[in-house]
Amino acid sequence: MSATTRLASDDAVVQKAVVDERPSTWWHLPLTTTILGVLGLIFFGLRGIPGASSTYGIAREKDLNPLGILPEQVTVPSMAASIVLAVIALLASAALWALQSRPHRLRPAIRNTLVGIFAVAWVLSFMTWVISERSLSVGTLLQSTVILAVPLAFGALSGVLSERAGVINIAIEGQLLFGAFGAALVGSLLGNVWAGLIAAPLVAVLMGALLALFAVGYQVQQIIVGVVLNVFAVGITSFFFGSVMSANPGMFNSPMRLPTLRIPLLADIPLIGSALFEQNILVYLMWVIVVVLTIALFRTRWGLRVRAVGEHPRAADTVGIKVNPTRWSNVLLGSAVAGLGGAMLTIGTGVAFGEDMSAGKGYIALAAMILGRYHPVGALLAALTFAFADSLQLRLGTMSAAEGGVSIPGDFLLMLPYVVALFAVAGVVGRVRVPAADGIPYVKQ
Amino acid sequence: MSAVTPSAAEQGSAPGVGSGGTGSEAPPPADPSQDRWGRLVQDIARGNLLVVVASFVFAFIIGSILILIADTEVREALGYFFARPGDTFSAAWQSISQAYAAMFRGAVFDFPGFTRTLESLRADGGTGTYVWGPALMRGLRPLTETLTIATPLVIAACGMAVGFRAGLFNIGGTGQLIVGAMVAGYVGFTFQLPIVIHLLVALVVGVIAGAFWGGIAGFLKARFGANEVISTIMLNWIATYLLFFALKTSAFTGANQSQPTSPSVKDTASLPLLLGSQFRLHAGILLAIAVVVFLWWLMNRSTLGFQFRAVGSNPRAARVAGISPARASFAVMAVAGALVGLAGAVHILGTEKRLTDGIAGSLGFDAITVALLGRSGPVGIVLAGLLFAGLSTGGRYMETQQGVPLDLVSVIQALVVLFIAAPPLVRTLIGLRRVDNPGAGERRRRARATSGAGEDRTGATRNGGSSVVSTSSAATSQAPSFSGSSAAPDPAEPPGSAERSGARTETKGEDR
Repeated sequence: MSATTRLASDDAVVQKAVVDERPSTWWHLPLTTTILGVLGLIFFGLRGIPGASSTYGIAREKDLNPLGILPEQVTVPSMAASIVLAVIALLASAALWALQSRPHRLRPAIRNTLVGIFAVAWVLSFMTWVISERSLSVGTLLQSTVILAVPLAFGALSGVLSERAGVINIAIEGQLLFGAFGAALVGSLLGNVWAGLIAAPLVAVLMGALLALFAVGYQVQQIIVGVVLNVFAVGITSFFFGSVMSANPGMFNSPMRLPTLRIPLLADIPLIGSALFEQNILVYLMWVIVVVLTIALFRTRWGLRVRAVGEHPRAADTVGIKVNPTRWSNVLLGSAVAGLGGAMLTIGTGVAFGEDMSAGKGYIALAAMILGRYHPVGALLAALTFAFADSLQLRLGTMSAAEGGVSIPGDFLLMLPYVVALFAVAGVVGRVRVPAADGIPYVKQ
Repeated sequence: MSAVTPSAAEQGSAPGVGSGGTGSEAPPPADPSQDRWGRLVQDIARGNLLVVVASFVFAFIIGSILILIADTEVREALGYFFARPGDTFSAAWQSISQAYAAMFRGAVFDFPGFTRTLESLRADGGTGTYVWGPALMRGLRPLTETLTIATPLVIAACGMAVGFRAGLFNIGGTGQLIVGAMVAGYVGFTFQLPIVIHLLVALVVGVIAGAFWGGIAGFLKARFGANEVISTIMLNWIATYLLFFALKTSAFTGANQSQPTSPSVKDTASLPLLLGSQFRLHAGILLAIAVVVFLWWLMNRSTLGFQFRAVGSNPRAARVAGISPARASFAVMAVAGALVGLAGAVHILGTEKRLTDGIAGSLGFDAITVALLGRSGPVGIVLAGLLFAGLSTGGRYMETQQGVPLDLVSVIQALVVLFIAAPPLVRTLIGLRRVDNPGAGERRRRARATSGAGEDRTGATRNGGSSVVSTSSAATSQAPSFSGSSAAPDPAEPPGSAERSGARTETKGEDR
């Protein structure tokens, strides 16, 4: 008898230890998703417009659509569909409650799947509500998502490159701006859009050189350098825009566009065809660079060295890795990559350079990098998420408000990407591990 | 490193330090007056003053190059440079000198206006103070304008400084400013309240709104560990679009809903003008002075400020001492936001009167640079704020008079901050390395020549090295958040000292 009680108490101790293993913040995620889900259910579903219907454009006429498997349009009753989707989101949230409250840790894969289900259902619920009495072409939405993701992804990759080596890169905004400026200026001067494409990374490297000079060479606080360099970049490009470029726009700043490279057949796949296979070279370069960087950072000697420099520069120095040269080269490489993203803003979309045209994209790229956990693939996914919010905002902003439909003030739509970024950073960033030596200048001893 | 013992007495009597880069054989110079002059030269060279001045000179030189590139006349003259090079130089000189003269006229003293008023009044038969008074008023008008612009800038920079001193990078000045201005303006032009109370209420709600907006970022940082740089930037954009939206609602635009402008703030809520209705200078400047004093008191005399600084310089040590870094970071962001919100309130109740979609302008980011340039200290912020305000008012005048884009000013401002942040770069550019570490090259050469170094020479070197180290560490302790690692400024490792590594290699050379 006494033995069993002792056993029971032992079990209690073990049980307690297991309970302690659960992080104290386990309820954050389920609670947030539940609140969002309930809000979605109320506003998108129950308070939607009765009798309205939402239309999604799926397959286009010219698309590859054997035997008409995919319908051209899908029309659903707005209210019912929103309610169903919101309930699905709430079910995912409930599953999170059930699984997260268990004493032992939830496997990340399961958690991410649930969060993914929640996010997709919630967003679809929102979209179904907001396009009541209107129609939205999904293919076009995805295509513009990819286009808008390019500057963000390149910017975030620039951040990954320099922060993995231990240099905080707030100057992404400036690098994008320099890239856009260089592409427009050189392309226009030489009358050749490819020259602009080559010039963009080279001009952006100037920005990276300044960042490296002050942050690595002179060990100035890196966030300060970044912020000030952004001011500098906006100032100097606007100065040239206001003086030289606007005096003779035909010579210095004429809009030109990279040709769209359409891959036959693949581009005709419904929904994703035009998004993935009917883009300009920068989009294809984005995929390539993400893959190359992922392999280079995590599978090569160079990558190991870079990460060593970012995590423990002294140890890296001890085994003979040159810390500051590595940081220099990574910052320069990163800024060149960001310059390509800047090129997307001008020659990639066929517009002339404009004052402060990066408009905060560099900072969103920064958020994408942190959200992507300093990993190229994660950064790309985060960039795509933000770009989706931006693209949705643009689509909804240009759609004329239908009779009896939902109308959200345009300013709230413009706010959307930033609100998403804020929530994402707050919700996810707590679990992100920053490279240990990020932002700390290295002084050799 | 053990050979280096920084001490004030040693520094004062260190032989060879005062020789001012002459690199003479005998360690102590015979002439005491020369010694004193040498030391003075060195003090100036090592001190921040020369670096600051040189930073400005370099920034303006780069600015001049930009003016030249932008100037069409100069470019045309450059087209026939080899035929008549004089034309290029005269055009260049014309364009640069006129631009900077216009900047000065727009920022400090309008001399042509002054003389014109003087002459016209004299022609009308006026004498004495009847002439000088109005003329001086006319001449000093740009200066009052500079002070008006500096008012919200200084207040906002004080808010930024609180964050920087606590190791938090509050980039959200724009958002906090917008929210403060929005709420204060709304109270100002909507409510009917008695004269003093209305103003006070408007200011207080502005402060609360700013504190709330800053507090969001602080809360996210404290609760979820969200990076404050990202969250404040996102909050900037959210506040901007919130303002755009508000200016489309009838609550903010009043009767005329087509214009995105609010009605003017009621007289009961506006800050009183100090120099009559001809000048825009308002009582906000007194508030700015009060805020600067408050900043000094908060950071140097209060318990809260001590906690802020403790968390800023070493979070782990602060936690051991019983200060919760999370709670402190929330408080820091709230206080910083409150001050920036006050700046927004002052900006609308004193200067702007109407809420427009460009109410914040570049104030939020300028405040960051002002706080950085002022090294987050009260006096520095006032000086830097006046300077930035002068540059922007002068720049605006320069734009209208000379057609030089205003963006030149932000380039110059950014360059100044960059240069000042990296004193070694400036010293290298003006060739002051020598004075900084007198006779270093000379001694190294000597050490190489006579490999077995004498006792007295080693002593001289060590003393020289020690004085360099102590000055550089003193500079670091003055500005803990400015250079090097803000996370943990270790007094044993003063960052940013190229001189120090120089001194160290020197010591190694001697030991050989």
